[in-house]
Amino acid sequence: MGKYIGKEFSRVDGVAKVTGAAPYAAEFHVPGTAHGYLVMSRIAKGTITKIDTAAAEKSPGVVRVFTHKNTPKFAHPEKYKSFKALQSPEIVFNAQPIAVVVAETFEEARAAANLVEATYRREDPSTDFFGRVEEAEQAPDSPFSGKSVQTTGDAEQAMSSAEITFEAEYTIPAEHHNPMEPHAAVAYWKNGKLKIFDKSQDVYTVRSNLAAALGVPEDDVHVVSPYVGGAFGCSIRTNYYPFLTAMMARELKRPVKLVYTRRQMFTGHGYRPFTHQKIQLGAKKTGELISIIHEAANNTSTVEKWNDSTTRFTRHIYACPNMKTIQRLVKTDLPTPCAMRAPGAVSGMFALESALDELSYKLDMDPLELRLKNYAEVDPANGKPYSTKALRECYRRGAEKFGWDKRQPIPRSMREGNELIGYGMSTGIWYAFQQPATVKVVLKADGTAQLTSATSDIGPGTYTVMTIIAAEYLGIAPEKISFGLGDTQMPKAPVQGGSWTTASVGSAVHGAAMKLKSRLLSLAQKDKDSPLQGLGPDEVVLLDGRLQNRKQTSNGVSIVGILKAEGMDSMTEVHKETPSKIREDYQLLAHGAQFVEVRVDEQLGMVRVSRAVEATACGKIMNPKTSHSQEMGGVVWGIGMALTEHTEVDDRFGRIMNPSLADYHVPCCADVRKVDTDFIEEDDRVVNPLGVKGMGELGMVGIPAAISNAVYHATGKRIRHLPMTPDKVLKA
Amino acid sequence: MKPFSLTQPKDADAAIQAHAKLPDAQFIGGGTNLLDLMKYGVMEPKSLVDLQDLSFHEIGPGSDGGLRLGAGVTNAETAEHPKVKKDYPLLSQAILSGASPQLRNMATNGGNLLQRTRCYYFYDCATACNKRRPGSGCAALKGFNRIHAILGASEHCIATHPSDMCVALVALDAVVKVRGPEGEREIAVEEFHRLPGENPEKDTVLKESELILSIELPSSNFSKHSHYLKVRDRESYAFALVSVAAALQLSGGRIVDSRVALGGVAHKPWRARAAEDFLKNKECDRDLFLEAGKLVVKDARGYGHNDFKLELAPRAVAEALLQAWKGQES
Repeated sequence: MGKYIGKEFSRVDGVAKVTGAAPYAAEFHVPGTAHGYLVMSRIAKGTITKIDTAAAEKSPGVVRVFTHKNTPKFAHPEKYKSFKALQSPEIVFNAQPIAVVVAETFEEARAAANLVEATYRREDPSTDFFGRVEEAEQAPDSPFSGKSVQTTGDAEQAMSSAEITFEAEYTIPAEHHNPMEPHAAVAYWKNGKLKIFDKSQDVYTVRSNLAAALGVPEDDVHVVSPYVGGAFGCSIRTNYYPFLTAMMARELKRPVKLVYTRRQMFTGHGYRPFTHQKIQLGAKKTGELISIIHEAANNTSTVEKWNDSTTRFTRHIYACPNMKTIQRLVKTDLPTPCAMRAPGAVSGMFALESALDELSYKLDMDPLELRLKNYAEVDPANGKPYSTKALRECYRRGAEKFGWDKRQPIPRSMREGNELIGYGMSTGIWYAFQQPATVKVVLKADGTAQLTSATSDIGPGTYTVMTIIAAEYLGIAPEKISFGLGDTQMPKAPVQGGSWTTASVGSAVHGAAMKLKSRLLSLAQKDKDSPLQGLGPDEVVLLDGRLQNRKQTSNGVSIVGILKAEGMDSMTEVHKETPSKIREDYQLLAHGAQFVEVRVDEQLGMVRVSRAVEATACGKIMNPKTSHSQEMGGVVWGIGMALTEHTEVDDRFGRIMNPSLADYHVPCCADVRKVDTDFIEEDDRVVNPLGVKGMGELGMVGIPAAISNAVYHATGKRIRHLPMTPDKVLKA
Repeated sequence: MKPFSLTQPKDADAAIQAHAKLPDAQFIGGGTNLLDLMKYGVMEPKSLVDLQDLSFHEIGPGSDGGLRLGAGVTNAETAEHPKVKKDYPLLSQAILSGASPQLRNMATNGGNLLQRTRCYYFYDCATACNKRRPGSGCAALKGFNRIHAILGASEHCIATHPSDMCVALVALDAVVKVRGPEGEREIAVEEFHRLPGENPEKDTVLKESELILSIELPSSNFSKHSHYLKVRDRESYAFALVSVAAALQLSGGRIVDSRVALGGVAHKPWRARAAEDFLKNKECDRDLFLEAGKLVVKDARGYGHNDFKLELAPRAVAEALLQAWKGQES
């Protein structure tokens, strides 16, 4: 533990958030703003033959009604292939925007939106993914998970010779992120330059996409997104609304605001796709896996091929010599899916970890023992050593905290009153990604420091952890540090996704601090009498506002003193940190073990997760408080995926029928009982200078499988189709 | 949402007059349901008559030792009222199992009686719905009908009434007191909501411009043995898949009288009189309760996705009766 790193810190932006002082995208009030309201299609496929806007245009307060007929074409569609609104009369999904009414007030725009009448040439939509899995085509390769077909050894041959085999199919419906904050943008143009306030996980990509689409230089687009009220992946890609908002502001020569309604969010961005998986396992009677074949298919849209990378971790987790994974796609008349917390991983691990549990019963072996038996000491797909892997310790600690030893092996053998009790466990896994990131540090002669980097804080606590890292390595108290993010006038940072922000931007903060330390040392050593004479940068440390001898801390000089002696008001460092070469020699992963207890009222079909224990190994823990929140959030997400969340599409209309927080059920507080999170810290010198790995996605990866496994243990019923709602539990 | 006028009368008669006079008028209480429906374009009143200035925001003694719940009292106040908790724990429990604290703080008792179905197709103007647009058809019949009715439905509508409070009110023989242009009348809650038949657009038997003044609870012999059971997709803020209000009046283990009502199964809160008759003068017993539950679904039918309710409803009835027998009051 450092002076700050590893200690409990409350969020530095917490007060601003709970008092309403933190402005979200829709809360930037620009004088003269006109308000847009989207009009959505009522068919899923076909062509608009007529769109009548006359009544809407005459409605009070209406400034203009944009449709495909009067909306300029966006330039460079090849650069960014995602759906862009109002570019043609073609309808490619239901509740697609077909018009935007812009009026003086939001209410006037909404009222007039009712008056827009469209007539269509209808075609039958095709959205029944599960009915069309057989038609699946091979997915394109993925930049993150590689080729869509991957093999190790000869999985088919090994499968045919296995002593024990197991095979099953698993399905997951589409799910929507449903962050609290609706997506919104406020845009205006001044002297040919665009400024846009947006809800985004990636301001730089919004900038380049808008610049391309609107035909202006990137430098003329300024994207601002200081606070994001949850995103979970649905603000990684540039959704259609910022394009529209910027276009409308230019056309109308005045600021325009556009906010999604909750309903519009269901087709206003992507979603976790419908997923079908088939797992085949081959094992020895003693439990050693000899073959894994994992076939997955997810739905995509007709406009893009979204590969959800469902099988991304299958070949990297168990010591199995023969493995094959295949990823396929089915085109549907739905919007394009997108990344949703732990994309692919949680879906794939639901199937793999459920299948492994099923195999354990077939082998009459404890599910945890089966996993330990197949524990991978090196990456089974490529033979690389893990940079660190404390998964075995996670299993041990988690099992101990949970009381796994109290599990009665036979299903249906644990009961209390009306409730059957079940124990289930699973393994979690995610990458230890790092991306290039740049940070600017201004060290001031008043003893404060200002840091900026155009990353995002969608909730994990980025403002806070960057402040902690800066305080630690600049030797300045956290309250004297400010960290700014979410602005394209700041140095470039990667999208906040993949659980890589602390590893990427945090390492850049660290790198910048190291450079500043060297520069301060050089300056200090100009003084012949400096107590730091003769010391190299590694022999000194910035601590408590001083640059001092690491071993003899009384020998030092104040940072402010060094700057003042040079007559400097401030010292600025812009540092770009890139992943080190040494990373390539290792497999870089974060792991976790999850244990859950469920209570099932079998008569009424109700499943409750009464306890969850997560033991997580993701390198160094920077802030235990927000880390606990991250992993607890992961458990909540896992509960939702396992038990309640389901985007229901009526295939007759290709239309989402439950687009509201009342009908799309994310878990509420009462659904979440005891959640215990624990971290097995790893001293990882390979992944990055800070030794941190991703944790935001990791926390949910094993939970749905662990819950399903616990339901089986409780009831003897295996439910392979999520979510496990009461009707499914009754029917199982 | 279309523009509308807002009138804020000071008393019930003025409210009734305003409603009768104004074009396409709707009363608005807490607005927790109506405003959503207006935003979705499902209901498009031209005039709203706001009831917040009326003097019906109190809970007080009713006739014959009963309790009067003002129509304007919020659900939250009603559920937490000491007299309700003591004498009508079933009602308190039912209200608290509905919606969320924020909604209960706004929603009124009158509004709860009038809340509209949660059928997906009713809410979505892009689909057919006889309740929203008479004659357009029922998209739910062959659509997503997991949350739909198994009792008393028609080929025109298989929607359910979403209220929890009303299920308890039906079980407690509550009466709705209304006043309209033609004077006051009392309607048993059981008769207040109707089955869809050929006119699913009509949820209740209220006449034009009739205003709900109060809910009258008769004195109850069920305060010791009652239970509200709600089976739902999540622990809070979810409508019932099936809910049961069960109440027993016992003499030793013998059932002197009982009340069984269900939510989530029909276009109205469903009073299971056959089950009640069956239970009369019998000794409490788990199997007996299951038998009673089976009577509830004797004439029920499923529409595909909601077939599970045929199995779930009898079990829920049995479990609710069992809990009532044990004397669990919350």
